[in-house]
Amino acid sequence: MIAHVRAMKPQELAAAAFRLREIGIVLALFAVIVFFSFRADNFLQASNWQDIAQNVSIVIVVAVGETMVVLTRNIDLSVGSIVGLCAYLVAASLAHHPGMPIVFAALISVAAGLGLGLVNGLLVAVGRIPAIIATLATLAIYRGIDAEITGGKNITAYQLPDRFLSLAASKPLGFPALAWIAVAVAVVGAATLRFVPWARDFYAIGSNPDAARFAGIPAGRRIITAFALSGALAGLGGFLFASRFPTLDSAAANGFELTVITAVVIGGVNVFGGSGTILGVVLGAVLVATISDGFTLMRLDEFWKIFFNGFAIVAAVTIDALVTRRLQEALRRRRAALLVAQPARSEA
Amino acid sequence: MSLLELRGISKSYGGVQAVADVSFAIEPATVHALVGENGAGKSTLVKIITGVIEPDAGQLLIDGEPVSIGDAQSALRLGIVAMYQEPTVFPDLSVAENVFAGRHPRSRLRTVDWRAMEGEATRILRELGVELGAGTPVRGLGVADRQLLEIAKALSTNARLLIMDEPTAALSPNEVEHLFDTVRKLRERGVTVIYISHRLEEVGVLADTVTVLRDGRHIETRPARELSQGEIIRLMVGRSLDALFPKEDAKIGDVVFEARGLTRRGIFADVSFELRRGEIVGLAGFVGAGRTEVARSIFGVDPLDGGRIEIEGRGFRPRSPRAALRRGLAYLPEDRLHEGLVQPMTISNNTSMAVLPALTPTGFLRPRAERRLARRFMEQLSIKATSPAQVVRSLSGGNQQKVVLGKWLAAEPRILILDEPTHGVDVGTKADVHRTISHLATQGLTILLISSELPEILGMSDRVLVMREGRLVAELSRAEATQENVIQAAAGVEAAA
Repeated sequence: MIAHVRAMKPQELAAAAFRLREIGIVLALFAVIVFFSFRADNFLQASNWQDIAQNVSIVIVVAVGETMVVLTRNIDLSVGSIVGLCAYLVAASLAHHPGMPIVFAALISVAAGLGLGLVNGLLVAVGRIPAIIATLATLAIYRGIDAEITGGKNITAYQLPDRFLSLAASKPLGFPALAWIAVAVAVVGAATLRFVPWARDFYAIGSNPDAARFAGIPAGRRIITAFALSGALAGLGGFLFASRFPTLDSAAANGFELTVITAVVIGGVNVFGGSGTILGVVLGAVLVATISDGFTLMRLDEFWKIFFNGFAIVAAVTIDALVTRRLQEALRRRRAALLVAQPARSEA
Repeated sequence: MSLLELRGISKSYGGVQAVADVSFAIEPATVHALVGENGAGKSTLVKIITGVIEPDAGQLLIDGEPVSIGDAQSALRLGIVAMYQEPTVFPDLSVAENVFAGRHPRSRLRTVDWRAMEGEATRILRELGVELGAGTPVRGLGVADRQLLEIAKALSTNARLLIMDEPTAALSPNEVEHLFDTVRKLRERGVTVIYISHRLEEVGVLADTVTVLRDGRHIETRPARELSQGEIIRLMVGRSLDALFPKEDAKIGDVVFEARGLTRRGIFADVSFELRRGEIVGLAGFVGAGRTEVARSIFGVDPLDGGRIEIEGRGFRPRSPRAALRRGLAYLPEDRLHEGLVQPMTISNNTSMAVLPALTPTGFLRPRAERRLARRFMEQLSIKATSPAQVVRSLSGGNQQKVVLGKWLAAEPRILILDEPTHGVDVGTKADVHRTISHLATQGLTILLISSELPEILGMSDRVLVMREGRLVAELSRAEATQENVIQAAAGVEAAA
C-alpha cells in the first residue's frame, strides 16, 4: 500500500487523498456501532435502527441543501430555524384544515422554506453581507417569526389527522417512509451536483471565485440558487420533522443547524468550498445520527450531543487541514524531485 | 492584412504615462515577442488588448476593422485570450472541467455531457502532445501542466490571438522545450501568439517578430532574425540616467549581515551575500526572479528550507517577523497598501505599531508619545499631512509610502530591506524617498534595496546583486554596474555584441 502510494504520480496522489475520507467515515461508523452495542442498552434492536433511520433521514434532507451552500464557499446557519418554522406551518395547517391533502401541506412547507432561503441568498449575493452574519441574523429572525406565530402555544399530536401521524411510522416496501424520501433527495441531489451545469458552477465558485468570474459564471445568481435550494430542502425537512415529532412549539428543531453542519463537515465537504460529495455527507449524517442515538440510549445529557457535534467539527476540519498540508508538501517535494532529475538548461 | 494593429495607443495613470502613442502591427500566425524593462508598458498594452482597461487615446484594428474592446467578454468573442498563470485554475475540479468551466458541453437533456467533455479535453490535450488525465484533479498539477491547461482552454474557445505573459518563469528546461513545441504547433494551426518574456534567448529561439518598448514608448518592431540579443538590450535600456538621485557618501563599515546558501525549494536556491554597515546594496532582477521571496524569507514571513544567516556575527533563524525585528531587521514590503499599513488608522497609530511594547511600559497606550513619534517622522520624511491624527487612507500613495518607512524606522532597525520603495509614486516623492534612504545610510543604517527600476538601483547602490530564476547570478561594484551589465545578468545573456 505504502509502496503503491510512493509510486503515484502527483495528480493520482491528490485524487486518492479524497477517497480516503469516505473510507474513514465507514471505519468510524463501525467503531461507533461496536462501542454502543456493548455500552448502550437496546442499541442493536430493530426498533432502534428504525429510530436512527428516521432521524438520519431528516438530517440528510437538510444537509443536502446545506452542502450546496457550503460548496459555494458560503454557509447557511438558518436551516434549524427554517425547519422549526416550516414544521409549525405544516402542523398548524393540518390542525386547522384536517381535510387538507398531505402533499399540499408538504408543498406549503417547501414553498415557505424556498422563500426564506431566497431571502438568505439575496442578503448574501445582492446585499453583500457575509453568509455567516446574514444567516446568523435570519436564524434569529426566522425563530422570532416562529415564536410570534405560535404565540407561546404548542400543537400536539391529538390535533393532527391520523393520515399524517401514520406517515412517519409507515414502511413502504419494508423501509421507513422518511428514509425513502431521504434516499430520493440524496440521489437527486447527487445527480444534480454531477450533471446539471449550473450546479457544477457551485464547485467552480467555491474552488476559485476569481477564476469563476473570468470564466463568465454568474456567481451571484448561483449563490442565490444554492441558498434557495437549501431553504427549500430545510422546508421539506420541516415537513418530515412535523411528521416525526408532532408535538410542536416555537423551540422545535432549535440548534438543528449544528447537527446538519456537523454532518456536512464530517462528510468531507470543504468548509472553504469547492469540494465534497453527497455520498460523504450521507455517511456523515449517518455517523452523527448514530452517535446521537447511542448517547440517548446511554442516558447521557443532551449537552453531550452538542459537545460532540462541536468536537467533531473541530476534529474534521483539523484533520482536513493536516491532510491538505501533508499533501501539499508531498506534491511540492515530488515536483522538486522531478525538476532535479532533468538535465540543466544549456546556457545561451 | 495584419491580425491586430495598434494605432497611437496612449494610457496614463494619475499623471504617470504608462503607454504613449504606441503603434505597431501583429501579423497572423506569427509569434510576436514583446520585450522591455519592467515598467516599459508591456502589461498595460496587454490589458488594453484584452479589454481589461480602455486606452485614453488611439485605436485597435482587428483584420483591418476598428474595434473597441470594452471588457474581457468581448475580447473573448474576438478570439483574444490571455494566459493568466493562477487566477483561472479551479484546483478542486478535474482537468476536463477546468477547460470547460462555465460552458460545459450539454447532452440532449441539457445536462453536463461528461463523456463529450472528457473526450474533447483529451483530444485537445493530445493535439498539444500533453499527457494529462482529463479526469484527474488539477490540485496535483505543477505550474507547467497548469499552463498547458490554460493553452488547452484557449484552444477550446477557438482563440486566434493568444497572449502569453512570462510563461516560462517557473518552468524547468524540459518543460520550457515542451512549451515551445506547443507554441510552434499553435502557430502552424494559424494561431497568433504575443509572447512576453525577459529571457532574451527564448525570444531569439521562438519569435518571428520582436517589438521593443521603453518607458511606455514604441522603440522598434523588426523580424527577430535581424536583431541580435545585444541589439535588443541596447534598444531596451537606452534610458537616460540624467534624473539621477543625490547619493551621499556614507562610511562603509564591517559586515553586519551574512547569508549563506539560502534556499527555499522551488523558489530560490543557494543565495549567499553579505551587507556592510552604512552600505546600500541594490538587488536587481526581473519580476519573478525571486528577490521579494528572498527578502520575505529573511524577514521570517516565509519559511527557509536551507541556509544560514548571521547578523552582527551571531546566528539568526528567521522564525517570525517579530524575531527579525528584535534582531534589528526591518522589511518594507512591496505591497505597502496591504502589508505595510492599516488603512483606516491614523498616521500616529500606524507609526507606533511596531514599537508599541517599548512605547507603553505600563501596558496602557500613551497617545501623546505616539503623536510625538509620528511628528518626528513626519518631519524627517516630510510627510504631507495635516496632523498625526489624519487617517492613512486619505494620504497620497507617496505619503503612505513614507508612513510605512516611518513605521519601520521607529523600530530603529540596523538593517532595512526596502522592496520597490518608489513603485507607483510621483517624481517629487521619489526624490524625497531617495534622499531619505541615502541619508539613513550615512547614519550607519544598512540597506538592501530591491528595485525593478534600473536607474534607481544604479543611482543609489554601493554594490549591485543580480538575481535570475531564483539564483544570485552576479555581484557588481558601483563602477561595474552599468545598465547593460545588469540587464545581461538578469536576462541570462553572455556579453553582448
